[in-house]
Amino acid sequence: MKSVIAENLVKTYDKGRVRALDDLSLDVEEGTVLSVLGPNGAGKTTTVRILSTLMRPDSGNAQVAGIDVIKNPEKVREVIGLSGQYAAVDEILTGYDNLVMFGELYHLGKKQSVLRANELLERFSLTEAAKRPIKTYSGGMRRRLDLAASLIVKPKVLFLDEPTTGLDPRGRQEMWGVIQELVKGGVTLLLTTQYLEEADQLADEIAVIDTGKVIARGTSDALKKQVGGERLEVVVEQTHVAKTIEIVAAVSGNKAALDEGLRLISAPVSTGSAALFEVLKALDSAGIHALDVGLKRPSLDDVFLSLTGHAAEEKKVEVAEKKRGRK
Amino acid sequence: MSAVNDIAIITRRQLLLLTRVPEVLIFSTIQPVMFVLLFRYVFGGSINTGQPGGYVQLLMPGIFVQTVAFTLAGTASGLAEDMKKGLIDRFRSLPISQSALVIGRTLGDSLLNIVVLAVMGIAGYVVGWRPSAGLGNVALGFLFLLLFGYALSWVGVLVGLSASDARVVQNVSFIVTFPLTFLSNAFAPTTGMPRALQYFAEWNPVSTMVAACRELFGLENQFGATAGSFPSEHPLTTSLIYMVVIMVIFIPLSLRKYRNYAD
Repeated sequence: MKSVIAENLVKTYDKGRVRALDDLSLDVEEGTVLSVLGPNGAGKTTTVRILSTLMRPDSGNAQVAGIDVIKNPEKVREVIGLSGQYAAVDEILTGYDNLVMFGELYHLGKKQSVLRANELLERFSLTEAAKRPIKTYSGGMRRRLDLAASLIVKPKVLFLDEPTTGLDPRGRQEMWGVIQELVKGGVTLLLTTQYLEEADQLADEIAVIDTGKVIARGTSDALKKQVGGERLEVVVEQTHVAKTIEIVAAVSGNKAALDEGLRLISAPVSTGSAALFEVLKALDSAGIHALDVGLKRPSLDDVFLSLTGHAAEEKKVEVAEKKRGRK
Repeated sequence: MSAVNDIAIITRRQLLLLTRVPEVLIFSTIQPVMFVLLFRYVFGGSINTGQPGGYVQLLMPGIFVQTVAFTLAGTASGLAEDMKKGLIDRFRSLPISQSALVIGRTLGDSLLNIVVLAVMGIAGYVVGWRPSAGLGNVALGFLFLLLFGYALSWVGVLVGLSASDARVVQNVSFIVTFPLTFLSNAFAPTTGMPRALQYFAEWNPVSTMVAACRELFGLENQFGATAGSFPSEHPLTTSLIYMVVIMVIFIPLSLRKYRNYAD
């Protein structure tokens, strides 16, 4: 069963001048994680805002947990959790205050809200900081608290919009751990990210989006295959570069590429480790000692580059996703 | 009834914020208290009002109205701040009454006004303000002030939600509110103003509010009301009409803006 379905979503800003979503469709199987991967301005936040009832699309349909997002937003709000790009908690209040307040807003009642708040603080390792104002928290702690707030009523579908943007590597690792724990608990998760590694780590499936459209989708492995198979890479001393290019090209049957700075010669191969063995043998009989030899599987960066013609994190086109509510 | 419950929680949040940052309360009261002292002692001595009890009797209603008028800026910047932090998104994604956040915000700001007005009243008393009307009318006067603040709070909701930048909100509201409170009968008689300004000042809701409060606090001379114009003859009625009109226009506009603010 599909927990999230988006069909042909279109959303424009600035009276149609900016097309944030351009016929975007995607779905998420119940109990799985879909990562929506794309650069800034690709339409990730707009997608999440529509699915979480914060925004209406110009056209198209969407369902969350079988409920129509456009016709029944109130019902959708009862089954979703949302954690946005910025930790949406009251800085002045304590972590405990925030969670209790949200619990009460979910109509849990005072006693249940307190219980649930303590439970979540414990689970996200925030018990010690519970009675401190949020403004004393680190970026990672804020995000964890924000995530905790979105889990108060055990949502069926959870939306996380760039959950680790702005966190340092340690904060990111912690957040990944927390999210992986959650997923084990069986929640359906739609997560947006501009970090390829994050999508690779957390998602069952990846939807790559660019300029408001899904341009590729599949498992991380499938996407990597779509870009092409493995590449054979050899690094040698400067004096052997020319000869090595010949050898690699012969083994691969394709033209070999040279990175002069690294003295790295590479070419696509389809025979896997057999190619590796062959090239080592050829190098050996030519009397060339390779400094490094390897088979490299394409990274998601390569995927993005080959799908869009530009690298994921280099694209800095500021599409006017509604600036409201952001710094 | 869950909407009422939601509103109560939001209002309580506002009060909780207030207790955690007492500076807000302190600065909300310092400025008007400063005005009381400045006008009372700097200008008060040279203004002959022909009023028993002197200038301070006329001044205090003016200061009260000016103080509640700044609710507009308070509500606007508070909401803009929530928006900047993404809190509004979170609230809007919760299964709660969609207007609870803004209604709770306006109520919370009104509760803050109660505290501020109480402090102002005491400050006024200290410098010689003695309303001559009965307790009932004085209380009615304060109720009027709260209602005026509440109505303006809804204008603040629209301003706050329409603003693109939280920092701008405070400044813009200030630039609008400040002259409005001075182009009135709050601190000096309108009779001394150029004709066009005088006309404006008489119809200014701040003036009608000030005149209404003076009447309720037991002053006979309404200080600058030019006989003849409807607002100066009927300040209570006019003020009431103004408040109703403001609310009838701005409550639906603000609620609609809130519901659609992301579209």
